[in-house]
Amino acid sequence: MGYVAVSGGSEAIEASIRLLDYYRSGTDKDLDIETVAEKLSLLVDRVMGEAGLYSKTYAALALKQCEGCIEEAVFLLRAYRSTLTRNYYSNVLDSNNMRVVRRISSAFKDIEGGQILGATYDYTHRLINFEIGSEDAGALRMNVLEELNSQRPEEIAPCPRVSDELKKEGLIETVLPDKAEPFDITENLLEYPADRSARLQTLSRADTGFLSGLAYSSLRGFGGAHPTVGELRTGYVEVNVPYLFDEAQEIYLGEVLITEVEIFSEADDEDKLKLAVGYGAVFGRNENKAIAAAILDRELETGGPYPSQNEEFVLTHGDSLEMSGFLSHLKLPHYVTFQSKLDAVRKTRGGKA
Amino acid sequence: MHLDEKPVLRVENLTMRYGKGCPRCGDSLEKNRCRVCKTVWALNDVSVELFPGEVLGIVGESGSGKSTLMKSLYFDLEPSSGRAYLRDYKDGEVSIWTVGAAERRSIKNNLMGMVYQNPVLGLRMDFSCASNIAEKIIAAGGRSAGQMTERAAELLEAMEILPSRMSEAPRNFSGGMQQRVQLSKALANNPSLLLLDEVTTGLDLSVQAKVLDLIRKIKAKYGVSILLVSHDLAVIRMLADRTIVMLDGKIIERGLTDQILEDPQHEYTQQLVHSLI
Amino acid sequence: MNKNYNFAFIDEGSKREIRRTILKAVAIPGYQVPFGSRELPIGRGWGTGGIQITLSLIGPDDVLKVIDQGSDESVNAVNIKKFVGLCTDVRTTVKTSEATIIQTRHRIPETPLRNDQILVLQVPIPEPLRIVEASEEKTKKMHAEKDYAPMWLLLYESLIKYGKITLGTEYPLMVEGRYIMNPSPIPKFDNPKLNDSECLYLFGAGREKKIYAIPPHTLAESLAFEDVPFEKESFKGKRCRLCGSEDTYLDEMFDSSTGEKMYQCSDTSYCQEVRGCI
Repeated sequence: MGYVAVSGGSEAIEASIRLLDYYRSGTDKDLDIETVAEKLSLLVDRVMGEAGLYSKTYAALALKQCEGCIEEAVFLLRAYRSTLTRNYYSNVLDSNNMRVVRRISSAFKDIEGGQILGATYDYTHRLINFEIGSEDAGALRMNVLEELNSQRPEEIAPCPRVSDELKKEGLIETVLPDKAEPFDITENLLEYPADRSARLQTLSRADTGFLSGLAYSSLRGFGGAHPTVGELRTGYVEVNVPYLFDEAQEIYLGEVLITEVEIFSEADDEDKLKLAVGYGAVFGRNENKAIAAAILDRELETGGPYPSQNEEFVLTHGDSLEMSGFLSHLKLPHYVTFQSKLDAVRKTRGGKA
Repeated sequence: MHLDEKPVLRVENLTMRYGKGCPRCGDSLEKNRCRVCKTVWALNDVSVELFPGEVLGIVGESGSGKSTLMKSLYFDLEPSSGRAYLRDYKDGEVSIWTVGAAERRSIKNNLMGMVYQNPVLGLRMDFSCASNIAEKIIAAGGRSAGQMTERAAELLEAMEILPSRMSEAPRNFSGGMQQRVQLSKALANNPSLLLLDEVTTGLDLSVQAKVLDLIRKIKAKYGVSILLVSHDLAVIRMLADRTIVMLDGKIIERGLTDQILEDPQHEYTQQLVHSLI
Repeated sequence: MNKNYNFAFIDEGSKREIRRTILKAVAIPGYQVPFGSRELPIGRGWGTGGIQITLSLIGPDDVLKVIDQGSDESVNAVNIKKFVGLCTDVRTTVKTSEATIIQTRHRIPETPLRNDQILVLQVPIPEPLRIVEASEEKTKKMHAEKDYAPMWLLLYESLIKYGKITLGTEYPLMVEGRYIMNPSPIPKFDNPKLNDSECLYLFGAGREKKIYAIPPHTLAESLAFEDVPFEKESFKGKRCRLCGSEDTYLDEMFDSSTGEKMYQCSDTSYCQEVRGCI
């Protein structure tokens, strides 16, 4: 008996999972969760953002569990989150009162509240620093803390937005606050045309690479936005939930680190008398994603013939979980469908002969 | 031509504007654009009647509104106001612009045929000629593949395309042939109204002559009434029984084609006719 | 059963929401009802729509069968069974006749199903019109207006070009003369089983967030022209090398030692039942 049909799947799967432990173990050195959470913070930020779950510890844990694979980590967090009961919806985050750690504008040299360069890799030379290979982590940490502690922190007042000034001048449309309940993309099928709230949430949770590529295509000419970064701000914002017994009160839960971007581009009004704003907000310090989201927000508002301007195209194809799930499902057996394909091809050949 | 019969098509007060319009639009128009509010009046209160067996020519320069008229009738554009009645739709008592999408599709596929100047608008370039013709029949509810193929062969032959080429895609055909495939498609369900929008524009003269000749044959063979748009008076002269002259979204002159060619009344028509001679 | 999670994993509120969606789907056969698909620990595109239906329906007394490509032992089927086992204690079976809920990917069992059974199909792309129109906004309109001409045109074009309708799996059906639906990637061989059936068929697409249904005794006709009958895959002159059946869907295989081509039932438990192994 030569052929054995594919069966005994259970044992194969279990063995495969054990083999993963071999790859995950890697070396006899441990990688503790705190190290991942605190030393690989940009990676953790990206995973938290795409998962839509703000927890550095769990994100680090998830990353450790899957050998640092972003899609897998996002997947783990999302699946975990969907088992949690949703007890509260937070009040709208007030990013006007952000505890800013970085704030720049490419539109104006001087902005009210000042530019704060903060931490950025933008102006580093991308030279591999071989000394990091043998650095003393403890000493390094002590040094940077000493330097910080020796300086007196400057009081940072809440900064107005760069766009506020332009709104005052009438160069940007002033929009009244929209009190409508936002669309919740985690509990509903997104239908088109989509609300802006649904769009911004989708962009915020989308895969960083997908958004960056699309926004890049728009900049290069497959799109209409010629954006200027009006303002990019990173900092901590408070999360509050309404107090159950007194609607006017709220309960402070803690703060989250977010990056917010407003880009300015020409409005699509006929006479070009105004500027328009695109907005993006993401968890953590994922700046390029925030910029890309803001560009795409603008492109989708305008619409047009390019992929970056097609709402359904942009909003349907950027979810990390959905794209990686559907791509990986191709590895499942397709014996039956392929047999049917073969049958069709053979019949057609038969008909032609 | 039967001017005493009930018209196949009756268009009343068709207006198509881009912009909100304003109280001063009436006397502030520069060409078809309001100087005050900048509204463009692509069609301004246009009324047309088409009688059984008639070819009605519509002549005018580009921007005069003639193609907008055709596209409104074929539901490609939604008019701002106005009514259109078809003799064969509810006895001409309900305007086709008041009905829903499904009903419109039925009207469009059963009662009308359209040939666009640009064949890309009228044909699926990568589908076979047979499918292009079948599309109309399917849309009208046809579900017999054999009958569709038979009808496609018959129509292609009438348009002087070898039926053996019906499995080929129009993408590889010459411009004249593409127009003939469009004509076959337009006639698929024996419509009472055929809309021809600049069908010969851009074709070589000899090819033009062939297509025009075929249109004449179609008229004789299928008894269809034709609305024929062209900027070319020569085409109008050859085919149209009656002619309408349009300028800046308005009808400025109408009458028997011979009458218009021999004794044009409006200054613009006079220029047009003189440039022909 | 893992006590850290709710029975059948999903919280009761979400289960109820999914069951309401199913009721709507049963009420409008063939219509794709949108729902708030939840994230599961299983990949989107790996049957999460079907699993959500199964999890929201399953109770302690149910008997579950899961198949993939017709096989109970296929890696994905095993994986799903394991997951459901982890969060419920329901009995599983390989025998089609014993199951109350059967979750499947790409096949409908050969054993005819009864009116006390539910077949749950996993659906990758629920939209039958996707092959003729990429945009969801447009296909939704097409369904609303019953504008199905582009679908028929695709079939006709196939006849003109190849003399045959070349669509294989996911062959569309017209349900109760109203909605065209996608039967999921089952072979055409299984399409007739959907028509006037005894059992309830439920279709779940997790990634695309849609659920639809064919209730018992519903008219579900594979699209065909009046003069070109619908044609299934044919295995004429071939039979299962194990059980000898000539009327089942067969997998084609190669004997790696002799290089010989042979055939075997794709529904492995049916094959075993014919042979009296189970």
